[in-house]
Amino acid sequence: MSERKVRVIVAKPGLDGHDRGAKVVARALRDAGMEVIYTGLRQTPEQIVQAAVQEDADAIGISILSGAHEYYFGRIIELLKERKASDILVFGGGVIPEDDVPKLQAMGAGAIFGPGTPRPSASTGSMPPSGRSGPGRTSERGGSH
Amino acid sequence: MSESKSAEVSELRTAYEKTVEKFLQKAPERKKAFRTGGGLPLKRVYTPEDLEGLDYGKDLGYPGLYPYTRGVQPTMYRGRFWTMRQYAGFATAEESNARYRYLLSQGTTGLSVAFDLPTQIGYDSDHAMAQGEVGKVGVAIDSLADMETLFAGIPLEKVSTSMTINAPASVLLGLYIAVGEKQGVSMEKLSGTIQNDILKEYIARGTYIFPPKPSMRLITDIFEFCSSHVPQWNTISISGYHIREAGSTAVQEVAFTLADGIAYVEAAVRKGQDPNVFGKRLSFFFNAHNDFLEEVSKFRAARRLWAKIMKERFGVTDKGAQMLRFHTQTAGSTLTAQQPENNIVRVAVQTMAAVLGGTQSLHTNSYDEALALPTEKSVGIALKTQQIVAYESGVTETVDPLAGSYVVESLTNEIARQASEYIEKIDGMGGMLSAIEKGYVQQQIQDAAYTTQKAIESNEQIVVGVNKFQVDEGHGDRALLRVDSSVGMNQVRKLQAMKSGRDNLKVQSCLEEIRSASRDEGTNLMPLIVDAVKAYVTEGEICGVLREEFGEYRENIVL
Repeated sequence: MSERKVRVIVAKPGLDGHDRGAKVVARALRDAGMEVIYTGLRQTPEQIVQAAVQEDADAIGISILSGAHEYYFGRIIELLKERKASDILVFGGGVIPEDDVPKLQAMGAGAIFGPGTPRPSASTGSMPPSGRSGPGRTSERGGSH
Repeated sequence: MSESKSAEVSELRTAYEKTVEKFLQKAPERKKAFRTGGGLPLKRVYTPEDLEGLDYGKDLGYPGLYPYTRGVQPTMYRGRFWTMRQYAGFATAEESNARYRYLLSQGTTGLSVAFDLPTQIGYDSDHAMAQGEVGKVGVAIDSLADMETLFAGIPLEKVSTSMTINAPASVLLGLYIAVGEKQGVSMEKLSGTIQNDILKEYIARGTYIFPPKPSMRLITDIFEFCSSHVPQWNTISISGYHIREAGSTAVQEVAFTLADGIAYVEAAVRKGQDPNVFGKRLSFFFNAHNDFLEEVSKFRAARRLWAKIMKERFGVTDKGAQMLRFHTQTAGSTLTAQQPENNIVRVAVQTMAAVLGGTQSLHTNSYDEALALPTEKSVGIALKTQQIVAYESGVTETVDPLAGSYVVESLTNEIARQASEYIEKIDGMGGMLSAIEKGYVQQQIQDAAYTTQKAIESNEQIVVGVNKFQVDEGHGDRALLRVDSSVGMNQVRKLQAMKSGRDNLKVQSCLEEIRSASRDEGTNLMPLIVDAVKAYVTEGEICGVLREEFGEYRENIVL
């Protein structure tokens, strides 16, 4: 096997229950050939980072519509640093004012997708092996709680 | 239609079809198939032939008369307009109180309280799970102290208040009753609504706390308590709004909402309550989406179906309990972050649909809500939109003006038919609770949401400014509303000061009473909760005890 599927955690941190976007993105990433683990609602930053490290994820996609994005992005990126897992890309979307995007990126976040962003194209569905190993996963599974 | 008329129409149709055939050779239509926003097929033209089975008396009737297809009041907006009710709340009780006073000064006729997520999920502002969320999507309410500030200077005997609160609805209703009492307004005189609709939280909105069984008990306790003590209170707002926002079609919105309604009525009837009594205080909440004709038809279909369900399924004879009264909110998911001013127009169209559909109250979204909570300016425009439709458009001057439109009546029939099929299917699965537990409802909605997203990306569905007619906007310098992170810290300080000033022995005894009552299904929890909040027991403390006793709901993840 020369290529390992990209493995993404799609997470809903905090108390926000709006999961339409997270689920559409999770499904789109899966349709684009990635392995997707969707955490479900009400995840603490600790739970999200734990899942990402445990699942040997390449990226964490977080969806926040409650306005608490600065807190959650900051906390998740900080915990990844503590766990020496800063190679895991943190990206996200939701109701996030444009002005906040540079702030989130200065914290270390990758792309921030606002409303109206198209689903990712299938061509980004695989990437070269990352050199890290992890147990095999099915792409369809629920949260860990 | 008489036979000779019918023959004439049929002859005309033949002529028309020939004309169309020729015309299409020169000028083809824009699309192969035309559909409503919710996916219902639309014919090129509708005629009396489409309404042949329609029975005016049985299917439409008169406004204010069964089956209420044409409206729940006999004179509708000729009597008075719908309640213009803007959902608002953010940061602290002080700031939200100021926003409410502004809205009242601008002619809003009812309040609608948005609580922050910790309040909606039964956590006090100092709980670990509340971090980062205090005051963000609504106002933070921990205790009676906050509630007193929230309604300071607002006379509760004159204003009706809707509260978007579900799992802890009994606590917030208790707090409202307690504030009323402090203002000298007895609970018999209070009017308003609590959302109190837990089933759609499991399906689409996510602010659940307890598992289904104790949740249904809390709801039926409220029905019973209000039937005898708070008779003007709408005890529940059975909500399709969030189901639609989560991506459902119009048909699914009607079907799943009414199926939720059936589950609540069944639960209360099982407890020995009379649907002729509590049925009068059930209210509904729908979405006003973009597809104008489909939306108008949807509201009409929902009214007809609910009246038939109450009458035929539950044997309800009280007219008030057969009527589907509803609040509407324009569709948040149709707002675009791109060219946000365009949203003003979208909201205006959606407002017209809600009004022509006969809504009892309406919230219009503000144009900047794809970006942040609305500013005072954007909320003002949203409210003016309602006022313009009410006072200038003329559609309010005669009742149900689109009745008899061939397409509107056809769509009304079709939505009612398809929604009934869904309800039968859900009955077959053992009712709404088990359909939710199986993930069926969630899956249906998610499939519809994914279909919509793909349609937008393939440009099959056009969103102006998003996938067509884009402009280079650069970086906007919009004034957005921001909730400072100091709000959370201040709220925690206030909470802790309040806790050290109250009678903590009394607090403990109130909580113990709630605990023991929670173990006995025959005891109504409502009176105990009212007593507790008056003693400044916090929302988080009450919900904390109930969490320990009832346990917590675990999401059934469907992807």
